[in-house]
Amino acid sequence: MSVVALPDRAARPEPGQRSRRWPVVSISIIVVFVLVALLAPLLSPADPYEQSLRLRFRPPVWEERGSWANPLGTDRLGRDMLSRILWGSRVSLAAGVVTVLIASAFGAAIGLVAGYYGGRVDATLMRVTDATLSFPVILLALILAVTVGPSFTNVVIAIAVILWARYARVIRGQVLTLMQLDFIAQARIAGAGAWRVITRHLLPNTLNTLVVLVTLQIGYVIIVEASLSFLGAGIPPPTPAWGSMIAEGRDVITIAWWVSFFPGLVILLVVLAFNLLGDWLRDTLDPKLRQL
Amino acid sequence: MLRFVFFRLLQSLIALAILSVVVFVLARATGDPLHMILPMNASEEDYANARRYLGLDRPYVAQYLSFVGRAVTGDFGNSIRARRPVSELLRERLPNSLKLAAFAMSVSLAIAFPLGVMAAVKKGTGLDRAAQLVAVLGQSLPTFWVAIVLVEFVAGRLQWLPAGGADSLASYVLPGFTLGWFVVAGMMRLLRSGMLEVLDSEYVKLARLKGVAERRVVWVHALKNALIPVVTFAGIYFAILVTTAIVVETVFAWPGLGRLAYDGITSRDFPVIQAVVLATAVIVAAVNLCVDCLYAVIDPRIRYSR
Repeated sequence: MSVVALPDRAARPEPGQRSRRWPVVSISIIVVFVLVALLAPLLSPADPYEQSLRLRFRPPVWEERGSWANPLGTDRLGRDMLSRILWGSRVSLAAGVVTVLIASAFGAAIGLVAGYYGGRVDATLMRVTDATLSFPVILLALILAVTVGPSFTNVVIAIAVILWARYARVIRGQVLTLMQLDFIAQARIAGAGAWRVITRHLLPNTLNTLVVLVTLQIGYVIIVEASLSFLGAGIPPPTPAWGSMIAEGRDVITIAWWVSFFPGLVILLVVLAFNLLGDWLRDTLDPKLRQL
Repeated sequence: MLRFVFFRLLQSLIALAILSVVVFVLARATGDPLHMILPMNASEEDYANARRYLGLDRPYVAQYLSFVGRAVTGDFGNSIRARRPVSELLRERLPNSLKLAAFAMSVSLAIAFPLGVMAAVKKGTGLDRAAQLVAVLGQSLPTFWVAIVLVEFVAGRLQWLPAGGADSLASYVLPGFTLGWFVVAGMMRLLRSGMLEVLDSEYVKLARLKGVAERRVVWVHALKNALIPVVTFAGIYFAILVTTAIVVETVFAWPGLGRLAYDGITSRDFPVIQAVVLATAVIVAAVNLCVDCLYAVIDPRIRYSR
Protein backbone atom coordinates (compact mmCIF):
# COMPACT_ATOMS: atom_id res chain seq x y z
CA MET A 1 0.00 0.00 0.00
CA SER A 2 2.74 2.41 0.95
CA VAL A 3 4.03 4.07 -2.22
CA VAL A 4 6.27 6.40 -0.29
CA ALA A 5 9.09 5.09 1.84
CA LEU A 6 9.59 7.71 4.51
CA PRO A 7 12.99 7.46 6.16
CA ASP A 8 12.19 6.23 9.61
CA ARG A 9 14.45 4.71 12.17
CA ALA A 10 11.68 3.27 14.30
CA ALA A 11 10.21 1.46 11.30
CA ARG A 12 13.14 -0.89 11.01
CA PRO A 13 11.83 -4.31 11.98
CA GLU A 14 13.75 -5.64 14.91
CA PRO A 15 14.31 -9.38 14.82
CA GLY A 16 12.36 -11.33 17.39
CA GLN A 17 10.32 -8.37 18.45
CA ARG A 18 7.18 -9.42 20.24
CA SER A 19 4.87 -7.05 18.40
CA ARG A 20 5.60 -8.61 15.01
CA ARG A 21 3.65 -11.71 15.85
CA TRP A 22 -0.02 -11.76 15.00
CA PRO A 23 -2.11 -10.68 17.99
CA VAL A 24 -4.09 -13.93 18.05
CA VAL A 25 -5.76 -13.33 21.41
CA SER A 26 -7.06 -9.86 20.47
CA ILE A 27 -8.35 -11.05 17.13
CA SER A 28 -10.11 -14.05 18.68
CA ILE A 29 -11.77 -11.86 21.32
CA ILE A 30 -12.99 -9.46 18.63
CA VAL A 31 -14.25 -12.29 16.40
CA VAL A 32 -16.11 -13.88 19.32
CA PHE A 33 -17.54 -10.48 20.25
CA VAL A 34 -18.80 -9.86 16.70
CA LEU A 35 -20.30 -13.37 16.50
CA VAL A 36 -22.02 -12.90 19.86
CA ALA A 37 -23.50 -9.60 18.69
CA LEU A 38 -24.78 -11.16 15.47
CA LEU A 39 -26.06 -14.38 17.04
CA ALA A 40 -27.33 -12.97 20.36
CA PRO A 41 -30.89 -14.29 19.84
CA LEU A 42 -29.58 -17.83 19.27
CA LEU A 43 -26.96 -17.83 22.00
CA SER A 44 -28.80 -16.31 24.95
CA PRO A 45 -30.30 -18.88 27.29
CA ALA A 46 -33.18 -16.58 28.24
CA ASP A 47 -35.17 -13.55 27.10
CA PRO A 48 -33.14 -10.48 28.16
CA TYR A 49 -36.33 -8.52 28.86
CA GLU A 50 -38.21 -11.16 30.83
CA GLN A 51 -38.68 -10.09 34.43
CA SER A 52 -39.33 -12.37 37.33
CA LEU A 53 -39.61 -10.93 40.82
CA ARG A 54 -39.18 -14.40 42.34
CA LEU A 55 -35.75 -14.70 40.73
CA ARG A 56 -34.37 -11.29 41.79
CA PHE A 57 -30.66 -11.04 42.64
CA ARG A 58 -29.76 -14.67 41.96
CA PRO A 59 -25.97 -14.96 42.37
CA PRO A 60 -23.71 -16.53 39.73
CA VAL A 61 -23.67 -20.32 39.49
CA TRP A 62 -20.52 -20.89 41.57
CA GLU A 63 -21.90 -19.08 44.63
CA GLU A 64 -24.25 -20.63 47.13
CA ARG A 65 -27.88 -20.29 45.89
CA GLY A 66 -26.63 -19.99 42.33
CA SER A 67 -27.98 -22.22 39.57
CA TRP A 68 -27.25 -23.12 35.95
CA ALA A 69 -30.50 -21.49 34.93
CA ASN A 70 -28.78 -18.13 35.38
CA PRO A 71 -25.02 -18.75 35.06
CA LEU A 72 -24.07 -15.13 35.80
CA GLY A 73 -26.98 -14.49 38.16
CA THR A 74 -29.94 -12.13 37.75
CA ASP A 75 -30.47 -8.40 38.25
CA ARG A 76 -32.89 -6.24 40.25
CA LEU A 77 -35.82 -7.33 38.09
CA GLY A 78 -34.85 -10.98 37.91
CA ARG A 79 -33.58 -10.73 34.32
CA ASP A 80 -30.86 -13.14 33.25
CA MET A 81 -27.47 -11.38 33.38
CA LEU A 82 -25.78 -13.60 30.79
CA SER A 83 -28.51 -12.98 28.20
CA ARG A 84 -28.43 -9.25 28.84
CA ILE A 85 -24.67 -9.13 28.46
CA LEU A 86 -24.86 -11.07 25.19
CA TRP A 87 -27.54 -8.73 23.84
CA GLY A 88 -25.68 -5.70 25.13
CA SER A 89 -22.79 -6.47 22.79
CA ARG A 90 -25.02 -5.35 19.91
CA VAL A 91 -25.28 -1.81 21.28
CA SER A 92 -21.55 -1.53 21.98
CA LEU A 93 -20.47 -2.98 18.65
CA ALA A 94 -22.91 -0.88 16.63
CA ALA A 95 -22.06 2.31 18.54
CA GLY A 96 -18.33 1.72 18.16
CA VAL A 97 -18.34 0.85 14.47
CA VAL A 98 -20.96 3.32 13.23
CA THR A 99 -19.56 6.28 15.17
CA VAL A 100 -15.98 5.67 14.15
CA LEU A 101 -16.93 5.19 10.48
CA ILE A 102 -18.84 8.48 10.36
CA ALA A 103 -16.17 10.38 12.27
CA SER A 104 -13.27 8.97 10.27
CA ALA A 105 -14.90 9.60 6.88
CA PHE A 106 -15.71 13.20 7.76
CA GLY A 107 -12.45 13.88 9.59
CA ALA A 108 -10.32 12.37 6.82
CA ALA A 109 -12.14 14.47 4.21
CA ILE A 110 -11.49 17.66 6.20
CA GLY A 111 -7.85 16.70 6.77
CA LEU A 112 -7.28 15.92 3.08
CA VAL A 113 -8.87 19.18 1.94
CA ALA A 114 -7.03 21.28 4.54
CA GLY A 115 -3.68 19.68 3.74
CA TYR A 116 -4.17 19.86 -0.03
CA TYR A 117 -5.25 23.49 -0.31
CA GLY A 118 -3.18 24.85 2.59
CA GLY A 119 -3.18 28.59 3.24
CA ARG A 120 -6.38 30.17 4.44
CA VAL A 121 -8.53 27.06 3.92
CA ASP A 122 -6.12 25.10 6.08
CA ALA A 123 -5.96 27.80 8.78
CA THR A 124 -9.75 28.08 9.02
CA LEU A 125 -10.38 24.33 9.08
CA MET A 126 -7.67 23.76 11.67
CA ARG A 127 -9.03 26.46 13.99
CA VAL A 128 -12.42 24.74 13.88
CA THR A 129 -10.68 21.42 14.50
CA ASP A 130 -8.80 22.78 17.51
CA ALA A 131 -11.94 24.30 18.98
CA THR A 132 -13.72 20.96 18.56
CA LEU A 133 -10.87 19.01 20.14
CA SER A 134 -11.06 21.04 23.33
CA PHE A 135 -14.79 20.46 23.81
CA PRO A 136 -15.58 17.76 26.39
CA VAL A 137 -17.45 14.94 24.57
CA ILE A 138 -19.51 13.83 27.53
CA LEU A 139 -20.76 17.34 28.24
CA LEU A 140 -22.04 17.68 24.66
CA ALA A 141 -23.63 14.24 24.72
CA LEU A 142 -25.36 15.02 28.03
CA ILE A 143 -26.77 18.25 26.60
CA LEU A 144 -27.95 16.44 23.46
CA ALA A 145 -29.50 13.66 25.50
CA VAL A 146 -31.71 16.07 27.41
CA THR A 147 -32.39 18.13 24.29
CA VAL A 148 -33.84 15.43 22.09
CA GLY A 149 -34.00 12.59 24.60
CA PRO A 150 -31.48 9.79 25.04
CA SER A 151 -31.27 7.43 22.06
CA PHE A 152 -28.76 5.42 20.08
CA THR A 153 -28.71 7.99 17.25
CA ASN A 154 -28.00 10.85 19.62
CA VAL A 155 -25.11 9.01 21.22
CA VAL A 156 -23.58 8.35 17.81
CA ILE A 157 -24.07 11.98 16.72
CA ALA A 158 -22.71 13.43 19.96
CA ILE A 159 -19.53 11.37 19.84
CA ALA A 160 -18.97 11.69 16.07
CA VAL A 161 -19.40 15.48 16.19
CA ILE A 162 -16.30 15.68 18.41
CA LEU A 163 -14.32 12.65 17.28
CA TRP A 164 -13.80 13.68 13.63
CA ALA A 165 -11.38 16.38 14.74
CA ARG A 166 -8.71 13.87 15.72
CA TYR A 167 -8.76 12.30 12.25
CA ALA A 168 -8.66 15.72 10.62
CA ARG A 169 -5.56 16.69 12.64
CA VAL A 170 -3.59 13.54 11.99
CA ILE A 171 -4.51 13.16 8.31
CA ARG A 172 -3.79 16.82 7.59
CA GLY A 173 -0.33 16.43 9.13
CA GLN A 174 0.34 13.46 6.87
CA VAL A 175 -0.95 15.22 3.77
CA LEU A 176 1.37 18.17 4.47
CA THR A 177 4.33 15.79 4.40
CA LEU A 178 3.05 14.02 1.26
CA MET A 179 2.53 17.31 -0.57
CA GLN A 180 6.27 17.97 -0.36
CA LEU A 181 7.04 14.81 -2.30
CA ASP A 182 7.77 14.60 -5.99
CA PHE A 183 5.01 12.23 -7.04
CA ILE A 184 2.32 14.74 -6.11
CA ALA A 185 4.05 17.46 -8.08
CA GLN A 186 4.35 15.06 -11.03
CA ALA A 187 0.68 14.16 -10.84
CA ARG A 188 -0.25 17.83 -10.92
CA ILE A 189 2.09 18.53 -13.83
CA ALA A 190 0.45 15.62 -15.65
CA GLY A 191 -2.81 17.55 -15.30
CA ALA A 192 -4.49 15.82 -12.37
CA GLY A 193 -7.10 18.04 -10.71
CA ALA A 194 -7.72 18.48 -7.00
CA TRP A 195 -10.28 15.65 -6.84
CA ARG A 196 -7.96 13.20 -8.58
CA VAL A 197 -4.90 14.08 -6.51
CA ILE A 198 -6.87 13.80 -3.29
CA THR A 199 -8.67 10.55 -4.04
CA ARG A 200 -6.03 8.73 -6.09
CA HIS A 201 -2.75 9.93 -4.62
CA LEU A 202 -3.24 11.35 -1.14
CA LEU A 203 -6.00 9.11 0.25
CA PRO A 204 -4.31 5.76 -0.51
CA ASN A 205 -1.16 7.00 1.23
CA THR A 206 -3.03 7.89 4.40
CA LEU A 207 -5.02 4.63 4.55
CA ASN A 208 -2.56 2.91 6.88
CA THR A 209 -2.88 5.69 9.42
CA LEU A 210 -6.66 5.65 9.06
CA VAL A 211 -6.85 1.91 9.73
CA VAL A 212 -4.71 2.28 12.88
CA LEU A 213 -6.71 5.23 14.19
CA VAL A 214 -10.06 3.54 13.49
CA THR A 215 -9.04 0.41 15.40
CA LEU A 216 -7.70 2.36 18.37
CA GLN A 217 -10.78 4.54 18.52
CA ILE A 218 -13.41 1.80 18.42
CA GLY A 219 -12.36 0.87 21.94
CA TYR A 220 -12.47 4.48 23.04
CA VAL A 221 -15.97 4.96 21.60
CA ILE A 222 -17.23 1.80 23.32
CA ILE A 223 -16.05 3.27 26.64
CA VAL A 224 -17.60 6.69 25.95
CA GLU A 225 -20.91 5.08 24.92
CA ALA A 226 -20.89 3.01 28.11
CA SER A 227 -20.10 6.13 30.18
CA LEU A 228 -23.05 7.91 28.61
CA SER A 229 -25.42 5.01 29.19
CA PHE A 230 -24.09 4.94 32.74
CA LEU A 231 -24.96 8.61 33.24
CA GLY A 232 -28.44 7.98 31.81
CA ALA A 233 -27.70 9.86 28.58
CA GLY A 234 -27.06 6.83 26.40
CA ILE A 235 -29.22 3.91 25.39
CA PRO A 236 -32.48 4.19 27.35
CA PRO A 237 -33.74 1.20 29.38
CA PRO A 238 -34.93 -1.51 29.12
CA THR A 239 -32.63 -2.14 26.12
CA PRO A 240 -29.64 -4.06 27.46
CA ALA A 241 -26.49 -1.91 27.24
CA TRP A 242 -23.37 -2.59 29.29
CA GLY A 243 -23.07 0.96 30.61
CA SER A 244 -26.63 1.16 31.90
CA MET A 245 -26.34 -2.34 33.40
CA ILE A 246 -23.39 -1.10 35.47
CA ALA A 247 -25.45 1.92 36.52
CA GLU A 248 -28.35 -0.34 37.57
CA GLY A 249 -26.02 -2.44 39.70
CA ARG A 250 -24.40 0.56 41.35
CA ASP A 251 -27.00 1.02 44.08
CA VAL A 252 -27.19 -2.67 44.91
CA ILE A 253 -23.50 -3.47 44.75
CA THR A 254 -23.32 -4.32 48.45
CA ILE A 255 -25.92 -7.08 48.10
CA ALA A 256 -25.40 -8.11 44.44
CA TRP A 257 -21.88 -7.31 43.22
CA TRP A 258 -22.31 -9.32 40.02
CA VAL A 259 -24.84 -6.93 38.47
CA SER A 260 -22.17 -4.22 38.01
CA PHE A 261 -19.13 -6.42 37.89
CA PHE A 262 -19.69 -8.61 34.83
CA PRO A 263 -20.71 -5.93 32.31
CA GLY A 264 -17.61 -3.93 33.33
CA LEU A 265 -15.42 -6.97 32.90
CA VAL A 266 -16.79 -7.54 29.39
CA ILE A 267 -16.19 -3.90 28.43
CA LEU A 268 -12.63 -4.23 29.69
CA LEU A 269 -12.03 -7.39 27.63
CA VAL A 270 -13.42 -6.04 24.38
CA VAL A 271 -11.78 -2.62 24.63
CA LEU A 272 -8.49 -4.24 25.61
CA ALA A 273 -8.69 -6.45 22.52
CA PHE A 274 -9.29 -3.48 20.20
CA ASN A 275 -6.51 -1.45 21.81
CA LEU A 276 -3.97 -4.28 21.58
CA LEU A 277 -4.91 -4.91 17.96
CA GLY A 278 -4.60 -1.19 17.24
CA ASP A 279 -1.18 -1.06 18.90
CA TRP A 280 -0.03 -3.99 16.84
CA LEU A 281 -1.37 -2.45 13.62
CA ARG A 282 0.41 0.80 14.44
CA ASP A 283 3.71 -0.91 15.11
CA THR A 284 3.35 -2.81 11.87
CA LEU A 285 1.81 -0.27 9.50
CA ASP A 286 2.64 3.14 10.84
CA PRO A 287 5.27 3.26 13.57
CA LYS A 288 5.62 7.04 13.36
CA LEU A 289 2.06 7.61 14.53
CA ARG A 290 1.90 8.58 18.15
CA GLN A 291 -0.75 7.53 20.61
CA LEU A 292 -3.77 9.79 20.37
CA MET B 1 7.56 35.28 20.46
CA LEU B 2 5.23 38.08 21.55
CA ARG B 3 3.58 37.98 18.13
CA PHE B 4 3.06 34.25 18.53
CA VAL B 5 1.44 34.66 21.95
CA PHE B 6 -0.77 37.47 20.66
CA PHE B 7 -2.13 35.52 17.70
CA ARG B 8 -2.57 32.42 19.77
CA LEU B 9 -4.55 34.43 22.33
CA LEU B 10 -6.73 35.88 19.57
CA GLN B 11 -7.46 32.36 18.30
CA SER B 12 -8.53 31.23 21.75
CA LEU B 13 -10.87 34.20 22.12
CA ILE B 14 -12.51 33.50 18.74
CA ALA B 15 -12.96 29.84 19.63
CA LEU B 16 -14.54 30.83 22.95
CA ALA B 17 -16.91 33.26 21.20
CA ILE B 18 -18.08 30.52 18.82
CA LEU B 19 -18.48 28.14 21.71
CA SER B 20 -20.59 30.63 23.66
CA VAL B 21 -23.07 30.78 20.76
CA VAL B 22 -23.20 26.98 20.53
CA VAL B 23 -23.73 26.67 24.26
CA PHE B 24 -26.45 29.30 24.23
CA VAL B 25 -28.33 27.60 21.40
CA LEU B 26 -27.96 24.11 22.88
CA ALA B 27 -29.03 25.25 26.33
CA ARG B 28 -32.16 26.85 24.84
CA ALA B 29 -32.81 23.67 22.91
CA THR B 30 -32.90 21.43 25.98
CA GLY B 31 -36.63 21.92 26.41
CA ASP B 32 -38.71 24.31 28.46
CA PRO B 33 -37.31 24.63 31.99
CA LEU B 34 -40.68 25.90 33.22
CA HIS B 35 -42.02 22.34 33.05
CA MET B 36 -39.51 21.45 35.72
CA ILE B 37 -40.10 24.33 38.14
CA LEU B 38 -43.82 25.10 37.93
CA PRO B 39 -46.36 22.82 39.60
CA MET B 40 -48.40 20.38 37.50
CA ASN B 41 -51.59 22.43 37.74
CA ALA B 42 -50.04 25.79 36.71
CA SER B 43 -52.20 27.83 34.34
CA GLU B 44 -51.22 29.51 31.06
CA GLU B 45 -51.03 32.77 32.97
CA ASP B 46 -48.59 31.33 35.50
CA TYR B 47 -46.36 30.21 32.62
CA ALA B 48 -46.44 33.65 31.01
CA ASN B 49 -45.62 35.34 34.31
CA ALA B 50 -42.74 33.01 35.05
CA ARG B 51 -41.40 33.44 31.54
CA ARG B 52 -41.44 37.23 31.88
CA TYR B 53 -39.91 37.03 35.36
CA LEU B 54 -36.99 34.92 34.12
CA GLY B 55 -36.54 36.99 30.93
CA LEU B 56 -37.31 34.00 28.69
CA ASP B 57 -39.92 35.92 26.66
CA ARG B 58 -37.40 38.25 24.97
CA PRO B 59 -35.95 37.58 21.46
CA TYR B 60 -33.09 35.07 21.41
CA VAL B 61 -30.55 37.60 20.13
CA ALA B 62 -31.35 39.98 23.01
CA GLN B 63 -31.10 37.09 25.45
CA TYR B 64 -27.74 36.10 24.01
CA LEU B 65 -26.27 39.60 24.08
CA SER B 66 -27.32 40.24 27.64
CA PHE B 67 -25.97 36.80 28.56
CA VAL B 68 -22.55 37.59 27.05
CA GLY B 69 -22.46 41.08 28.54
CA ARG B 70 -23.13 39.79 32.02
CA ALA B 71 -20.95 36.66 31.61
CA VAL B 72 -17.90 38.80 30.92
CA THR B 73 -18.37 40.51 34.27
CA GLY B 74 -18.80 37.16 35.99
CA ASP B 75 -22.58 37.36 36.33
CA PHE B 76 -24.26 34.21 35.03
CA GLY B 77 -27.71 34.93 36.42
CA ASN B 78 -29.54 32.82 38.97
CA SER B 79 -29.74 29.06 39.01
CA ILE B 80 -33.33 28.18 38.16
CA ARG B 81 -33.31 25.18 40.46
CA ALA B 82 -31.18 26.34 43.40
CA ARG B 83 -32.53 29.93 43.18
CA ARG B 84 -29.05 31.29 43.92
CA PRO B 85 -26.57 33.23 41.79
CA VAL B 86 -24.70 30.83 39.50
CA SER B 87 -21.46 32.71 40.16
CA GLU B 88 -21.83 31.74 43.82
CA LEU B 89 -22.23 28.07 42.88
CA LEU B 90 -19.21 28.31 40.60
CA ARG B 91 -17.11 29.87 43.35
CA GLU B 92 -18.08 27.02 45.66
CA ARG B 93 -17.53 24.20 43.18
CA LEU B 94 -14.62 25.33 41.02
CA PRO B 95 -11.92 25.17 43.73
CA ASN B 96 -12.96 21.59 44.57
CA SER B 97 -12.64 20.52 40.94
CA LEU B 98 -9.32 22.29 40.51
CA LYS B 99 -7.95 20.70 43.68
CA LEU B 100 -9.01 17.24 42.52
CA ALA B 101 -7.60 17.80 39.02
CA ALA B 102 -4.33 19.11 40.45
CA PHE B 103 -4.06 16.12 42.76
CA ALA B 104 -4.82 13.67 39.93
CA MET B 105 -2.38 15.42 37.61
CA SER B 106 0.50 15.44 40.11
CA VAL B 107 -0.04 11.79 41.02
CA SER B 108 -0.14 10.90 37.31
CA LEU B 109 3.06 12.77 36.56
CA ALA B 110 4.83 11.31 39.58
CA ILE B 111 3.96 7.81 38.34
CA ALA B 112 4.20 8.33 34.59
CA PHE B 113 7.62 9.98 34.48
CA PRO B 114 9.83 7.45 36.22
CA LEU B 115 7.83 4.54 34.81
CA GLY B 116 7.92 5.80 31.21
CA VAL B 117 11.62 6.59 31.27
CA MET B 118 12.62 3.37 32.97
CA ALA B 119 10.46 1.30 30.62
CA ALA B 120 12.37 2.73 27.67
CA VAL B 121 15.79 2.32 29.32
CA LYS B 122 15.07 -1.26 30.35
CA LYS B 123 13.21 -2.14 27.15
CA GLY B 124 12.05 -5.75 26.93
CA THR B 125 12.51 -6.51 30.62
CA GLY B 126 9.83 -7.39 33.14
CA LEU B 127 9.60 -3.74 34.19
CA ASP B 128 8.85 -2.71 30.61
CA ARG B 129 6.18 -5.38 30.27
CA ALA B 130 4.60 -4.29 33.57
CA ALA B 131 4.62 -0.65 32.48
CA GLN B 132 2.96 -1.51 29.20
CA LEU B 133 0.35 -3.55 31.01
CA VAL B 134 -0.44 -0.53 33.21
CA ALA B 135 -0.67 1.63 30.10
CA VAL B 136 -2.95 -0.63 28.10
CA LEU B 137 -5.18 -1.34 31.11
CA GLY B 138 -5.42 2.39 31.80
CA GLN B 139 -6.82 2.96 28.34
CA SER B 140 -9.16 -0.02 28.40
CA LEU B 141 -10.76 0.22 31.84
CA PRO B 142 -14.07 2.06 31.96
CA THR B 143 -13.46 4.82 34.52
CA PHE B 144 -16.92 4.70 36.03
CA TRP B 145 -16.68 0.96 36.59
CA VAL B 146 -13.31 1.31 38.32
CA ALA B 147 -14.86 4.04 40.45
CA ILE B 148 -17.77 1.83 41.51
CA VAL B 149 -15.58 -1.17 42.22
CA LEU B 150 -13.19 0.97 44.30
CA VAL B 151 -16.07 2.50 46.25
CA GLU B 152 -17.46 -0.94 47.01
CA PHE B 153 -14.27 -2.79 47.91
CA VAL B 154 -11.76 -0.24 49.21
CA ALA B 155 -14.24 2.14 50.81
CA GLY B 156 -17.13 -0.23 51.54
CA ARG B 157 -15.85 -3.69 52.49
CA LEU B 158 -12.34 -2.81 53.63
CA GLN B 159 -13.25 0.62 55.03
CA TRP B 160 -9.77 1.92 54.26
CA LEU B 161 -10.76 5.19 52.63
CA PRO B 162 -13.83 7.43 52.51
CA ALA B 163 -16.22 6.71 49.62
CA GLY B 164 -17.31 10.24 48.85
CA GLY B 165 -17.25 13.89 49.76
CA ALA B 166 -14.25 16.20 49.93
CA ASP B 167 -13.69 16.52 53.66
CA SER B 168 -10.21 15.18 54.29
CA LEU B 169 -7.00 14.47 52.43
CA ALA B 170 -7.91 10.77 52.45
CA SER B 171 -11.04 11.49 50.43
CA TYR B 172 -8.82 12.66 47.53
CA VAL B 173 -7.16 9.29 47.11
CA LEU B 174 -9.88 7.25 45.38
CA PRO B 175 -11.25 9.88 42.98
CA GLY B 176 -7.74 11.17 42.33
CA PHE B 177 -6.39 7.78 41.29
CA THR B 178 -9.47 6.94 39.25
CA LEU B 179 -9.18 10.23 37.41
CA GLY B 180 -5.42 10.04 36.98
CA TRP B 181 -5.06 6.53 35.64
CA PHE B 182 -5.95 7.35 32.07
CA VAL B 183 -3.46 10.21 32.05
CA VAL B 184 -0.76 7.97 33.50
CA ALA B 185 -1.36 5.48 30.71
CA GLY B 186 -1.20 8.03 27.92
CA MET B 187 1.75 10.03 29.22
CA MET B 188 3.75 6.93 29.96
CA ARG B 189 3.32 5.59 26.45
CA LEU B 190 4.33 8.89 24.91
CA LEU B 191 7.39 9.14 27.15
CA ARG B 192 8.41 5.57 26.46
CA SER B 193 8.17 5.86 22.68
CA GLY B 194 9.81 9.29 22.75
CA MET B 195 12.67 8.03 24.91
CA LEU B 196 13.19 4.97 22.70
CA GLU B 197 13.55 7.19 19.66
CA VAL B 198 15.87 9.69 21.36
CA LEU B 199 18.06 7.08 23.07
CA ASP B 200 18.86 5.72 19.63
CA SER B 201 19.98 9.09 18.24
CA GLU B 202 23.49 10.26 17.43
CA TYR B 203 23.76 12.97 20.04
CA VAL B 204 22.95 10.56 22.85
CA LYS B 205 25.64 8.22 21.57
CA LEU B 206 28.04 11.16 21.47
CA ALA B 207 27.19 12.09 25.04
CA ARG B 208 27.95 8.52 26.09
CA LEU B 209 31.22 8.53 24.14
CA LYS B 210 32.23 11.77 25.83
CA GLY B 211 31.90 9.89 29.10
CA VAL B 212 28.81 11.57 30.46
CA ALA B 213 27.40 9.50 33.30
CA GLU B 214 24.58 7.19 32.10
CA ARG B 215 22.16 8.66 34.61
CA ARG B 216 22.79 12.13 33.24
CA VAL B 217 22.47 10.93 29.64
CA VAL B 218 19.05 9.45 30.35
CA TRP B 219 17.52 12.02 32.67
CA VAL B 220 18.97 15.20 31.17
CA HIS B 221 20.11 14.75 27.56
CA ALA B 222 17.49 12.29 26.38
CA LEU B 223 14.51 13.25 28.54
CA LYS B 224 14.65 16.89 27.38
CA ASN B 225 13.85 15.92 23.81
CA ALA B 226 11.51 13.09 24.67
CA LEU B 227 9.38 15.65 26.51
CA ILE B 228 8.30 17.46 23.34
CA PRO B 229 5.52 15.02 22.34
CA VAL B 230 4.37 14.86 25.96
CA VAL B 231 3.95 18.63 26.06
CA THR B 232 2.08 18.55 22.74
CA PHE B 233 -0.49 16.17 24.11
CA ALA B 234 -0.76 17.74 27.57
CA GLY B 235 -3.59 20.00 26.36
CA ILE B 236 -5.61 17.10 24.93
CA TYR B 237 -5.07 15.06 28.09
CA PHE B 238 -6.30 17.95 30.14
CA ALA B 239 -9.52 18.11 28.08
CA ILE B 240 -9.95 14.35 28.64
CA LEU B 241 -9.34 14.83 32.36
CA VAL B 242 -12.10 17.44 32.50
CA THR B 243 -14.48 15.08 30.68
CA THR B 244 -13.65 12.14 32.91
CA ALA B 245 -14.16 14.35 35.94
CA ILE B 246 -17.91 14.52 35.22
CA VAL B 247 -18.21 10.75 35.65
CA VAL B 248 -15.79 10.51 38.56
CA GLU B 249 -17.35 13.39 40.48
CA THR B 250 -20.80 11.88 39.97
CA VAL B 251 -19.78 8.49 41.36
CA PHE B 252 -17.73 9.82 44.28
CA ALA B 253 -20.26 12.56 45.18
CA TRP B 254 -17.48 15.10 44.76
CA PRO B 255 -18.82 18.67 45.13
CA GLY B 256 -17.16 19.96 41.95
CA LEU B 257 -18.01 21.41 38.54
CA GLY B 258 -18.57 18.01 36.94
CA ARG B 259 -21.34 17.15 39.34
CA LEU B 260 -22.78 20.63 38.98
CA ALA B 261 -22.89 20.07 35.21
CA TYR B 262 -24.56 16.68 35.58
CA ASP B 263 -27.17 18.02 38.03
CA GLY B 264 -27.68 21.12 35.88
CA ILE B 265 -28.33 19.13 32.74
CA THR B 266 -30.66 16.61 34.36
CA SER B 267 -32.78 19.44 35.79
CA ARG B 268 -32.52 21.67 32.67
CA ASP B 269 -30.98 24.50 34.63
CA PHE B 270 -29.94 26.80 31.70
CA PRO B 271 -27.85 29.35 33.57
CA VAL B 272 -25.91 26.60 35.33
CA ILE B 273 -25.26 24.63 32.13
CA GLN B 274 -24.06 27.74 30.30
CA ALA B 275 -21.81 28.80 33.15
CA VAL B 276 -20.25 25.38 33.67
CA VAL B 277 -19.60 24.71 29.99
CA LEU B 278 -18.12 28.18 29.50
CA ALA B 279 -16.02 27.98 32.66
CA THR B 280 -14.73 24.58 31.53
CA ALA B 281 -14.00 25.90 28.04
CA VAL B 282 -12.13 28.93 29.42
CA ILE B 283 -10.01 26.67 31.63
CA VAL B 284 -9.28 24.23 28.81
CA ALA B 285 -8.47 27.11 26.43
CA ALA B 286 -6.17 28.74 29.01
CA VAL B 287 -4.35 25.47 29.61
CA ASN B 288 -3.98 24.92 25.86
CA LEU B 289 -2.65 28.44 25.44
CA CYS B 290 -0.03 27.88 28.15
CA VAL B 291 0.88 24.52 26.63
CA ASP B 292 1.37 26.04 23.18
CA CYS B 293 3.51 28.87 24.53
CA LEU B 294 5.56 26.41 26.53
CA TYR B 295 5.89 24.33 23.40
CA ALA B 296 7.12 27.33 21.43
CA VAL B 297 9.74 27.95 24.11
CA ILE B 298 10.95 24.34 24.13
CA ASP B 299 10.86 23.88 20.37
CA PRO B 300 11.66 27.13 18.48
CA ARG B 301 10.77 25.55 15.12
CA ILE B 302 7.08 25.86 16.03
CA ARG B 303 7.17 29.67 16.28
CA TYR B 304 8.10 30.09 12.66
CA SER B 305 5.95 27.40 11.13
CA ARG B 306 2.62 29.02 11.95
